Parts: sequence; structure tokens; C-alpha cells
Amino acid sequence: MTTAVAALQRVRSSSLIDTLGLLLLGTVIVFLVFKFFEDPTRFLNVAVIGLTTGAVYGLVALGYTLVYGILQLINFAHGDVFALSGLVASTIILSVFGLDEDTSVIVIVLGLLATLAITIPVFAVLNATIERVAYKPLRHAPRLAALITAVGVSFIVQNVALALYGVDFESVPNFIPRTAAIEIGDVAIQWNKLAIFMIVIPVLLVLTWFVRSTRQGKAMRAVAQDTEAAAMMGIDVNRTISVTFVLAGALAAVAGLVYLLQFNVRYDTGFELGLIAFTAAVLGGIGNLTGAVLGALCIGLVQAFNEGLDGTPGGDWTRSIVFGILIAVLVFRPEGILGERTPEGA
Amino acid sequence: MSQALRGFAARARTERGWWVAGAVVVVALIYPFIVQTLQVLPLIGDFVPRTGSMVVMLVFTMMALGLNVVVGYAGLLDLGYVAFYAAGAYTAGWLASLQFEDVTFHFGSTISNDQPGIHVSIWLILALAGVFTTIVGIVIGLPTLRLRGDYLAIVTLGFGEIVPQFVRNADSLGGFDLTHGAFGIAPIDSLGVGGFVFRSESNRDDLYYWTAIGLILFTVFCCIRLRDSRLGRAWIAIREDETAAAAMGVPLMRTKTWSYAIGAFFGGIAGAFYASFKAGAFPADFFFNISIFILCMVILGGIGSIWGVLAGGMILGYLNIEGLSTIGAKAQDAGLDFDPTKYQFGIYGFIIVVMMLFRPTGLIPERRHKIELVEAVRDTSFYDVPTEGALTDRDPSDD
Repeated sequence: MTTAVAALQRVRSSSLIDTLGLLLLGTVIVFLVFKFFEDPTRFLNVAVIGLTTGAVYGLVALGYTLVYGILQLINFAHGDVFALSGLVASTIILSVFGLDEDTSVIVIVLGLLATLAITIPVFAVLNATIERVAYKPLRHAPRLAALITAVGVSFIVQNVALALYGVDFESVPNFIPRTAAIEIGDVAIQWNKLAIFMIVIPVLLVLTWFVRSTRQGKAMRAVAQDTEAAAMMGIDVNRTISVTFVLAGALAAVAGLVYLLQFNVRYDTGFELGLIAFTAAVLGGIGNLTGAVLGALCIGLVQAFNEGLDGTPGGDWTRSIVFGILIAVLVFRPEGILGERTPEGA
Repeated sequence: MSQALRGFAARARTERGWWVAGAVVVVALIYPFIVQTLQVLPLIGDFVPRTGSMVVMLVFTMMALGLNVVVGYAGLLDLGYVAFYAAGAYTAGWLASLQFEDVTFHFGSTISNDQPGIHVSIWLILALAGVFTTIVGIVIGLPTLRLRGDYLAIVTLGFGEIVPQFVRNADSLGGFDLTHGAFGIAPIDSLGVGGFVFRSESNRDDLYYWTAIGLILFTVFCCIRLRDSRLGRAWIAIREDETAAAAMGVPLMRTKTWSYAIGAFFGGIAGAFYASFKAGAFPADFFFNISIFILCMVILGGIGSIWGVLAGGMILGYLNIEGLSTIGAKAQDAGLDFDPTKYQFGIYGFIIVVMMLFRPTGLIPERRHKIELVEAVRDTSFYDVPTEGALTDRDPSDD
């Protein structure tokens, strides 16, 4: 009853804000529909680019949302762990395995899988170590203490990457051909873009299954809901939180490789991408796995439309627009598109 | 008896505190005269900062004191404080340079009257920048301060990212050059009184230095008075327990917005002053790391503690402007190939983490905050689960 009354009051007090938000959203949608009919081919090609970028953001966003769901901590370091994993992957691919474009397909696939087999455990352990060393002692401190620490850890990881790799961009050859895999009219989806979806979608499905159906996933949801009660029911809270960070670290490693296959990586790549990914997680509803990917796709689309269509502010303003969206979401609809959730709903 | 003793001890302590403060002020005031003597001292001589570096250290310390009002007093994490710094610097840029060549407007300026552009006295601009950034703070604060702590941090971070990009791109807003893009606005007029212009004096750094000391003293005075005011007590109440504060009749939104506005005020003055000292405002100065750098000063010194933030600000400011490169040069001399300036933000990050883990109250803790950390922490659990409506602090009575 009280909840209903509170909800009613909320509706009344925020109706003006809601109207404003809907107006804003409506303008954007009208603009996009107009652009679609102006030049459908270009629109769709740009959309494909946007969805691909968004899918990569989604992988990083999953890491943020997973940790936030369980600890309500914005793990700033996640972006930098991701970038470091990309850099390490480039070293493994180029220096250890020596893969290049002429290597046969099977060797490339095996090499990439072997790279993952190395980076996933390494960064899973690294992420869990960060939690143990930096966040765990602060679990009972005020929330801001952990948040500030996360910012500090982020800078440390970034500078480790700087010390190891310097300021140059690292990249790998185009292992996945950039020829069209699917072609509908003039709209093409290239193999390298399709490959990203072939990685992101299974990862999301497995993760959802893990959180929803396994014993460990259940423990995570329980800890997220009520730590004390979970502990009383015999759930090892520390272990559960560690598992969450292990998962997030593994996700960062996968995202690092996927990003490396598409773009160049530098020591500070993780910072900005991390912010974008976090924005995506908030947009989709923080703590909500599907929401994170959905939000990331939206951000990717916005970015691509902004840079690829006429009549938009253009690439110089992308960052402002992304953060503008973040602020708008937090002001107009703080629970995100799909609603804020701790992992219990997945 | 014991009570009387304790009272006496307390008074002795505060009196000693004032003596120390007085001595520090005196040393600070004569610093430009003794700096050359200090610099030739054996061993430590190389580590003594130049007067010009001291100005920069003081500017950043002033910003740290401003941020301390937001983070320390009211407990609102602001990761975009650099936005206020930028707003202040650009206010100086707009009102005291050749930026708007089509307009010729002079008011108490040190520049000769035939120069184009708006030239308002920098003294006045310091005040105007303060007012302008206060307004910016209120504008940023009103929609965002309803958010829960970490969401607020992210939104301020967003503003901190948008502002530099805005000033970088706003060189053709509908054909109008507002900020001169990546080149920044330069030159910006110097401080001065009538025909006595700081720039043309040989001891320019010294003059700016004394002005900076004056600004710092003003800031410290305001901070002390604010802390002990009704508003300051309301901030601390909110920091300690928002719900309880609201129940006791503290208007959350208004109080929080004031902390933003006042924190922004000092950031703006510092920004305008620094722009005048550097004779320019450049977008490259306003990146996210600076926000973290200033936050690091607050944390190192002691969240909420004025003397702590002063110390933290001067220490980190020194490391940033001279210390790390001096240490690096010493390391090079000793045959070590290590350049600490390259990793400065890693070092600041390390300081943040170490302080948070081992001495969360900072170098010079604020008594009350210390008690809060030791005793009251258990009720603000790290993992409170968001319940219905917990995401925002939105309260119908606030609207």
C-alpha cells in the first residue's frame, strides 16, 4: 500500500520531467525515421557499423553491470583491465604465436582460442586479486571510499599498461576477412562484424544461464539481494564476490581480444571505452545483463549515426552526446530501459 | 578537576594551532625573499620550489579547498570539478582578452584603451568568475543532485568530460567563435592596479604569489566560517546520515545545491586567477585527470579537514609541478632510468588506494570525520540493496 502511494507521488512529481524526456526522445526518433527514408542504404550500413561497435561495448558493459549488480560498486578499473588484456593479447598473438594474415584459417582460429585460453585465466585472477586487495577491506566503509579506490586502481592499471607498452597503439592484422558475409541489396554485413555477434550473443546467453540456473549464480543473486541473510543461509559471501570478479575479468579478456580484432588498443583505450560502456550499462538498467547489451547497442547506434549521417553534430561531439545521454537517462529514467536489477533477474 | 584540565589542554591545543598557523602565514608571506637562500642549501636546496611554482601549487590547493566543500563537507563525490575550473578560466578569457575583437569595452583594465576586445579588470573578473561558476554549479546541480552517491559521481564525471569537449569544439557555434577551439584563448590580461601591471614588473611571480596567498587565506577563512555555520552543520548532517538529516528538517536539495554552488565558486575564482597567471585558457588543461588530481589532494590531506587539504594540496601540487621531475632528475643522476613524471597519475592513483586502505581519514584527519569512519560505518553497509525508489533521492517535498 505505502509503495503504491509512493509510486503515485513519484508519478505526479516527475510528470513534467517525463514529458520533457519523451519530447527529447521523440525528436531523435523523428529525425532518424526521416533520415531512413532519405537514404535507406546508407542508413542501414551506418546502423550495421553502430550495432557492431555497440556489441563490443556490450561485452565491456557486462563486466560493469555484473559487479555493480552484486556490490553496487562502479568498478572503474574494469575498463583499464579490459585495455590491458587487449594489449597482452596483441603480444601473445604477434610475438608468441607469430600469427599473420598468411597463416591458414585453422591455425588462426586455434591461435586465437589459445590466446583466450591464456588471457582469460590471467585477467580473471587479476580482477579477483584487485577485489581482494583494494575493495574487500573497504566493504564496510562508506560507499564512496570504495568508489574513490576504484578510481585509484583504474589509474594504477592504466599506468601499468603504459609502463609495459608505452604510448603507441597496438594492433593485429585483419585475421577475419572484411568481405561481405550477408548482402541484402546494397546493405552488407562483413565477416569481421558478424564474428563479433557470434561471440557476444553466446557470451550473453551463457552468462544469463550461469546467473539464472547454476548454484553459483543463485548464490550471486542471493548475495546481491541481502548479504547478511545470504551469509546466514550458509553462502560464502567472499567467495561469491570473488567469483563475480573472476567472471568480470574473464569478460574483460574476451572483450579485449574482440576489440583488438576490430580496432587499435592503447594504454588509455580502456578509460574512455569504460565510461562509454558504463553509460551503456546505466542506459540499459544497471545490474541487468540483457539491459547492458541493449544499452550498448543503443550507444553504438547513436555514435554511428552521429558520425555517419548528415545533419548531426558530428564526430567531434560524440563524447558529449554519449555523456549527455548518460545525464539525460539518470535524470529522466534512472532505472534505465529495462529497469535496474541486481543479478536476481538476470 | 579532570574536566578543567581537559578544557585547559584543549585551549592549549587550539592556541598552539593558531600559533602554528600564524607562523606558517608569516613564512609564506616572506617566501619570495628567502627562496633564493633556501635553494642554495645543501641536500634539500634542489627540492625548494620556485615562487612561480608556488603560485600554481596555491591555485590547485584553492581548488582542492573548494572541492573539499562538496566532497568533504557534504559528502557528495564530484568527479568533474575541472568543469568549474574551466568555467572560471574561460570567464577570464572572455572578459580580458582579444577574443571578441568586434567589441571594444574597457573597464578598469590594465590594457591601453585603444586595444580591441573586452578588457575588464582582472580583480573584478575574479569575482565575476566566482559568480558565473556558482551559477554553473547550480545549473549542473539542480537536475543531478537528486541522484544517489555513485550515480552523482558518474554524472559529474560526464559533465567533466563534456565541458572540455565543448570548449574544444565551440569555435564555430553557428559560425560564432566562442572559445577559439583547441588553440584556447590567449593572451589574457595580467593583474594590476592602474598603470602598475604585474606582467611588466620584474617580480611578476612574487606579485602573483602574494595575491594567491591572499586568495588562499580568503578561502580558508570562508571554509572555516562555512563549516561552523548552520549550512555547514547541515552538510555534515547530510554526509553522516541523509535520511536522519531529512527527518530533522534539513532541506536536502537546497543544502546540497549550496555545497555545489560554493564549491564551484572557489573553483571558478582559482580558474580565473590561474588563467591570468598563465595568460591563457587552453582546453588541454581541463581533462578528467585534473579532477582526480584535485580529489587526490583532498583524500591525501583528509576529507573535510581544512588544514589537511591545505597540506595535501601543497604536497601534491609540489610533486606535480616540480617534485616529480626533480626526483626523476636525481634518479637519472644516480643512474636509474625512471621518469616519474610519465607515471604521475599512476602515482596519484597509488596514493589514493593506499590512503583509502590504510589511513582513510588522511594526513591531518578531521576529528568528526574520523569518528564517523570508526564508529558509524557499520550502519551504512556497502551492500545495501536498492529498494523501490532508492535509486534517486527524489522526494516529493523537494520538488
